[in-house]
Amino acid sequence: MVRVIVDGTPVEVLPGSSVLQACEAAGKEIPRFCYHERLSVAGNCRMCLVEVARAPKLVASCGFPVADGMEVFTDTEVVRRARRSVMEFLLINHPLDCPICDQGGECDLQDQAYGYGSGFSRYQEEKRAVTDKNLGPLIKTVMTRCIQCSRCVRFCTEIAGTPELGLVSRGENAEITTYVEKALSSELSGNLIDVCPVGALTAKPIAFHARSWEYKKTDSIDVMDALGTNIQIHARGGEVMRIVPRVNDAVNEEWLSDKGRFSFDGLKKKRLDQPWVRVNGDLVPVTWKDAFIALACRLKDISAERIGAIAGDLCDVESLCALKDLFTAFGSSNFDCRQDGAWYDMSSRSGYLFNSGITGIDQADALLLVGSMPRHEAPVLNARIRKRFLESGREKFPVGVVGTLTADLTYPVEMLGAGPDVLERLLDGTHSFADVLKKAQRPMIIMGHAALVRADAPKIYNLCKQLAESYGALTSEWNGLNVLHTAASRVGGLDIGFLPGAQGLSTEAMLRGGVEVLWLLGADDIPIDLIPSETFVVYQGHHGDCAASRANIIFPGAAYTEKSATYVNMAGYVQQAFRAVFAPGEAREDWRIIRAFSEVLGHTLPYDTLEQLRARMADVNPIFAIDDEDKARYLPHQSTVSTMIDESITLLDTPFQPIIQDYYLTNSISRASQTMAECSAACRLRTVE
Amino acid sequence: MNSAWVPPSQPDDFVFDAESETAITIVLKKYPVERKASAVMPLLYIAQKQMSRCTGSAWVPLQAMNEIAKRLEIAPIRVYEVASFYTMFNKRPIGRYHLQVCTTTPCWLRGSDEIVSACRRETGINHFGETSADGLFTLTEVECLGACANAPILQVDDDFYEDMDSESVQKLIAELRDGRRPAPGPRVDRLNSAPEGGRKTLLTVSTPVDEQ
Repeated sequence: MVRVIVDGTPVEVLPGSSVLQACEAAGKEIPRFCYHERLSVAGNCRMCLVEVARAPKLVASCGFPVADGMEVFTDTEVVRRARRSVMEFLLINHPLDCPICDQGGECDLQDQAYGYGSGFSRYQEEKRAVTDKNLGPLIKTVMTRCIQCSRCVRFCTEIAGTPELGLVSRGENAEITTYVEKALSSELSGNLIDVCPVGALTAKPIAFHARSWEYKKTDSIDVMDALGTNIQIHARGGEVMRIVPRVNDAVNEEWLSDKGRFSFDGLKKKRLDQPWVRVNGDLVPVTWKDAFIALACRLKDISAERIGAIAGDLCDVESLCALKDLFTAFGSSNFDCRQDGAWYDMSSRSGYLFNSGITGIDQADALLLVGSMPRHEAPVLNARIRKRFLESGREKFPVGVVGTLTADLTYPVEMLGAGPDVLERLLDGTHSFADVLKKAQRPMIIMGHAALVRADAPKIYNLCKQLAESYGALTSEWNGLNVLHTAASRVGGLDIGFLPGAQGLSTEAMLRGGVEVLWLLGADDIPIDLIPSETFVVYQGHHGDCAASRANIIFPGAAYTEKSATYVNMAGYVQQAFRAVFAPGEAREDWRIIRAFSEVLGHTLPYDTLEQLRARMADVNPIFAIDDEDKARYLPHQSTVSTMIDESITLLDTPFQPIIQDYYLTNSISRASQTMAECSAACRLRTVE
Repeated sequence: MNSAWVPPSQPDDFVFDAESETAITIVLKKYPVERKASAVMPLLYIAQKQMSRCTGSAWVPLQAMNEIAKRLEIAPIRVYEVASFYTMFNKRPIGRYHLQVCTTTPCWLRGSDEIVSACRRETGINHFGETSADGLFTLTEVECLGACANAPILQVDDDFYEDMDSESVQKLIAELRDGRRPAPGPRVDRLNSAPEGGRKTLLTVSTPVDEQ
């Protein structure tokens, strides 16, 4: 440790820290624009100048390393004067348009001009103006406001891995641009808005919609992928206005995918806001009571094994638990949370988790992707892999890919083969990448759903497990065998046991006419055409997507922003979301619908409040009672499903098929979103070019 | 206000010719393989040279920048950044001869205004940055060329024409128009930066002390 004295306060910081970090450790606030904790140091805004004893002039604290015994002064007259001057320079060309700027109220430049500026301008000359750039459907640019801190350039280059932005020209003419005008191709581009310290880059879909101080802010969890990104929902007047990420180093650091950030406008379109019942072929709006009675009548005289339920990808654990309890009370074990029919090793919880943890990526020294396309399946996770690649340096973090890629992963990879046969060659050591895995101390295998939805998934899983065992990925302190989920509800569903029992039917069997009454809990991504016309379909969900149009009864549910709910992310973290706004019209929280219906059916579920339901969840699986997430991940798990791997399954020759065709349109919310449709179109246009 | 950068009409493609390839091979040898991105400036210069050789207009089209990015395994925007930063890389087509007049203080004191107006008069160009109607000349204002002892300077492509005045500009442009390139250097009676009209000092050879 290095001892530094900041304004008379001694602090100890790690060697190699910057003076700015030392000042922060001492509790001193250093103004800055270009410096960002998660980006490289640029040192071009000069706002963080401090005085260092015996240094001939002020130093930029962000890029100046500490030395033992260094004395730093952050609040001398010289420093204050320097800050005022820097502020004056930065404001020379900055327009005074804060009243109409979307960044107003949460603008670093505005705040710091108040705090450190001189309060008036001596500038008489003409200001420069810069042409706005078109960066696609998400980012609005007002480039005259740009102070050229280059955070966006560094974000694109380092975090997103899509170097498209740059600082071109020089001096008076310098500007941030893509040079040849084009839309950004990153799935993380929305973070540029957060990274930009001024109003140069703001959100295009919500331009001029609200001011930052008008929002009611609610903590929640993103359900667009299975990472469980921590988000904050900003609402005004019962309407979600925007979604921003929260910082959680164990999950998403401080990034959020574009789908999570911008698909919320889909929450305002195509919503189911009242119950519907199909009468003589047409859907008729009815009251809740009538809808319940209609379904209860239909369920009368049906044997328990003739009803089934399929849960979709956006469900919360509460509704899954309630629906499972209802079906169990009815005597049926036909329920499945796997819309895609994926296979998991249910012998222990680690059979279906991202076992290394998201932070585990930071320690891995070799990676094998099996049937996975993390850039589309979990963009923030992909950024974490890229971060690992950047940290480890060239050639130190080999990545092998089994399968086909639909886009550049933003880090160099070795394509090992398209089909699962490569795994066998890796196992017997005849493949060259086997040596790479052998050399690695902490090898990591990530299995995607392209591998798990196939008929030979158990065999592939077994091969991966053997690979992990033989190459040291499964040791007492390292578990490198991971499943990359794409559905936010999946791990929670598996944890709560929303899986067919011993005699129960799986998704496929239920769809193909195995049941008379099929309850779809937000299940929109199933082959609807497979359902025979005589099957009675109950759709409980929030969007009038494909499944609702097939339904005989529709129960309008709440979307993820409209309920207090529990989600489990792919690494097994149990996370709570809170209600930001109320569901539209007659729509209700899903577990309440199921609870209310259970009473009509005569199988009243034993919980009336969310607390009682959560206590019930904790009974089913103790992980829902444990606060310490790390401990919860390794709890023994009682499985209802036999996981004997059938040795008769042979590997198929077919290559892995990517499961996400269009990143921007993967669920009922994003399909209803205008913004996502524009992104998808821009993306297609780029592919054509 | 700096206007939107509109890319000029670009050639359909850009391929380095054999002469450029030879030069590239030599340049790339100077850098370690993992640091070959450093060769971006020499390669831009080679591309501009090739354009001058093949089309008579020394500029770097986008395709050339993209090709350089591909060869150096860097993002195209990194090449654009470098190319746009340096004024000596032309991002749009220029005339056959690039007239670069230094107007920094020493040249200005020695009459660069006269050079500028002579250039305008002879070529018909109105403003800096323009190309003459016949497509032969582009006039550019440049900062100090570092030849202040021979001010004022008119740089034509890579050559310095020094100690210029109105007549010598007229003569030079006439010769260029005829397709001749006069020898670069001072336009007055002097050798390089030596005094005008021959040496002024050290006219007698003094005998060394020990020989006295």
